[in-house]
Amino acid sequence: MAPMRTSTKVMAAGTAVKPMTAEAAEEIAAQDFASIVESHRPQIFRFLLASLRDVDLAETLTQECFLKAHRNWNRFRGDSSAMTWLMRIAINLQKDHWRNRRLRFWRHTQANAIGVDEASDWLPNGERSAEQQIVAREQVAQVWKIVDGLSARQRTVFLLRYVEDRELSEIALATGLSEGTVKAHLSRALARVRAELRGTR
Amino acid sequence: MSRRDKLAGEIDDPMVAGALENFKVSVDAWSDAAYNRPPTVVRTARHNWRLAATWALGCMLAAGSLAGGLYERHQRQELARIEASKAAINAAEQKAAQVHAAPEKPVKAATVTKRQPTAVKKAANENEDLLASVDSDVSRQVPAAMEPLAQMMDSNGTK
Repeated sequence: MAPMRTSTKVMAAGTAVKPMTAEAAEEIAAQDFASIVESHRPQIFRFLLASLRDVDLAETLTQECFLKAHRNWNRFRGDSSAMTWLMRIAINLQKDHWRNRRLRFWRHTQANAIGVDEASDWLPNGERSAEQQIVAREQVAQVWKIVDGLSARQRTVFLLRYVEDRELSEIALATGLSEGTVKAHLSRALARVRAELRGTR
Repeated sequence: MSRRDKLAGEIDDPMVAGALENFKVSVDAWSDAAYNRPPTVVRTARHNWRLAATWALGCMLAAGSLAGGLYERHQRQELARIEASKAAINAAEQKAAQVHAAPEKPVKAATVTKRQPTAVKKAANENEDLLASVDSDVSRQVPAAMEPLAQMMDSNGTK
């Protein structure tokens, strides 16, 4: 009976939002899994990379996410979008990873995670002047530091909103939180960003 | 409605909105670069490094064992040479001891004289000649610095 319970748990939050139409659900269900992987893999990888700041670990968890999704693909009923479903799996894998890391502290699993300063080096030049480029890099480093200091739940909500551009309802579905709680987390995280950035002005 | 406008609508502070926009652009760039990186580069480099290390270790071991063998052979040859020279010195010393021990057999010679008086007399004469020649050799070998003392000894002897 365990698989039934898992399926119910994954889809339980679907009641919080307006369910998709039957046509859309059928369309999603009919999609080939390979095309789902192709279209959503970069986004899942990006979210995990931003959460963990470890390229190898992000790749591993992305693989695990799609492996898990593939095993449960026939249970996906299309109550939410495939992306939200995959994001929920990725968030659960990330939680499991941190739980295991706490238990197996001697494994040094974050040995490959790069520092906040190094992460902020990735900024395309665009059409900015050198001065604007420096200011932008400083801002990015500042935001990375703030993200680093957030709680795991706040960080997830923050990254889903401001990196993945997810709607509040989607974030609520993916995290299993209510929209009100998501708003509260976002508000606190933004307040910290604002305070930090104003403090460095 | 662009993302920047959307953020500006949601966040009243333009600086915070700009910072979040830059943050997203940065994460996107990093993610794209990491996602599109060739996956075998690290593994190949590690493989080459391991191969090189294995070869280097193997060469070191081979060279070490060869050098050890050569050193051992050289040591044995050296020991054999030393043993041979020691044996030669011992043989020479034994020979010299036999030469020195030869005059110390008069008792035996006396017993022999009773049986063969001429042979004993001959042997005694040979011994005396030998001792005389040794004395003269020794006196010839006196170093120059000892010459006055030797002369004094001679003069004392003649007196």
